[in-house]
Amino acid sequence: MTDTAAAPAQVPLVDYLVLGDRPHLVAHQCTSCGARFFDRRNACAGCFGTSFEPAEVATEGEVRAFTIVTFAAPGVPVPFVSAIVDCGGTSVRGNIINTEPDPEHVKLGMQVRLATFSLGTDDNGTEAIGFGFEPA
Amino acid sequence: MAENVYILGINMTKFGKHADKDVVDLGAEAAMAALADAGVTMREMGILAAGNLMNAGAGFGQRLQKQIGQTGIPVYNVANACATGATALRTVIMAVKSGEVDYGLAVGVEKLAGAGLLGGGGSAKKDGKVWEPSGRFGAVAPTDGRIGTDAMPGTFAQVGMEYGHKYGGASFELFAKISEKNHAHSVLNPLAAYSKRFTLEEIMGDMMIAYPNTRPMCSANCDGGAAAVVVSESKLRTLSLEQQRRAIKISASVLTTDPYEEACQVLPNVNTLTRNAAKIAYEQAGVGPEDLNLVELHDCFATAELVHYDNLMLCPEGGAVDFFNSGAPWRDGSTPVNVSGGLQSKGHPISATGIANIWEVCHHLRGEAGPRQIEGAKVGLAHVIGLGSACGVHILEKSAA
Repeated sequence: MTDTAAAPAQVPLVDYLVLGDRPHLVAHQCTSCGARFFDRRNACAGCFGTSFEPAEVATEGEVRAFTIVTFAAPGVPVPFVSAIVDCGGTSVRGNIINTEPDPEHVKLGMQVRLATFSLGTDDNGTEAIGFGFEPA
Repeated sequence: MAENVYILGINMTKFGKHADKDVVDLGAEAAMAALADAGVTMREMGILAAGNLMNAGAGFGQRLQKQIGQTGIPVYNVANACATGATALRTVIMAVKSGEVDYGLAVGVEKLAGAGLLGGGGSAKKDGKVWEPSGRFGAVAPTDGRIGTDAMPGTFAQVGMEYGHKYGGASFELFAKISEKNHAHSVLNPLAAYSKRFTLEEIMGDMMIAYPNTRPMCSANCDGGAAAVVVSESKLRTLSLEQQRRAIKISASVLTTDPYEEACQVLPNVNTLTRNAAKIAYEQAGVGPEDLNLVELHDCFATAELVHYDNLMLCPEGGAVDFFNSGAPWRDGSTPVNVSGGLQSKGHPISATGIANIWEVCHHLRGEAGPRQIEGAKVGLAHVIGLGSACGVHILEKSAA
């Protein structure tokens, strides 16, 4: 018997997104060399160390690369802006949101900050929350 | 002392639509033609390495043997993304170089006509949904399009844009001009899937796929096969003078993967593994980038070609934009790049690509390239990248015999 009332009100799109008052990303950081990974690793890809600790990723950064996708796989809404954002030395992949998806509004080197958006609510009344980056 | 190794015979099929042929037919066509070009038969082959990425579990190599000759030799079915063909060739080269066999055959084939976008997507959620975490990131919904792009055009667009951010000067127009060059080159290649020249305006005005890559700036999905016969130097010296004259020396054969670097988990780094492969290849061959008479590099997208000028050290570090603007990579320039038309025009039947680019270089080194011949070509380089990543670099030299 599912107790829908006990379901959390919100769930993150991915497990490395931490919701709450101050949404941010969290990485598995190698305790030996500091390399950061968003998924689990048995050993560090850089130094082979086997010990990791959670590390909070900066929520502000600079757009280091982007593309405006206008043709995508079926079911993927277009256009959207995919970007690589340098968040204080940790590179993050995410969409640029809350601005027009064109080369006049999205620029290399632009400053951005983490922002969240809703993906909708499921049959249990749980809302999924995604993240992107908006102009800072 | 390891053996020197040579390409004795090589062939690529016409790239394009082959609706009446399956992958075995196409592979057999390329393999039989490569054997005929070499003047040998399946009887002499000591090893077969074969690639067909889209059906990597189907035992393509054994199916090919049943089509052209079953002699009981070992088959290595290889899969290494877009570097599959180069990996098949490198497997054969290692076997011959080690002295275990005198001859080997490498074959790559793909049927991709009409395949559409590669990479990306993800399964759609069923109706009556419940957000349920799954996969390595505990995702409750497909992430392609929500957390950046998984598809190839956007991934390689970001690779080019990243270079532009680092060094400047990489505009939409510049990338379109690279595509203009390759389409112009393709007009001379009868085996290219598309051999039509486009104006810069046509390229920039075409359908945008992933900014700054428009449709003609993306590699063409098509059908095709390619095959090569490799021989040891000691065996080559027992063959006819004509076979020795047409044999092409493999001066360097290198395969690398991407070493760990910050950011490689969010954007594949296609730069470092290419630079590493190039460094090793130049050292193995004892030649430098300035010695190359032609280069076939992996222009899966116009944005990718730019970064590989730099990665292959055809220009000083950070100088790829200037290198292109100088006219150097045009067929009448100082370092002709992709005179075949490149993947954007010739087409990119994945597993065939890493042998077809070697065929192009061999064709020129043998002086058999007809109207598109680079006159006096003596040394050439072929490069492929498979995302994930794998990089193959081969340096080829005209036979001294």
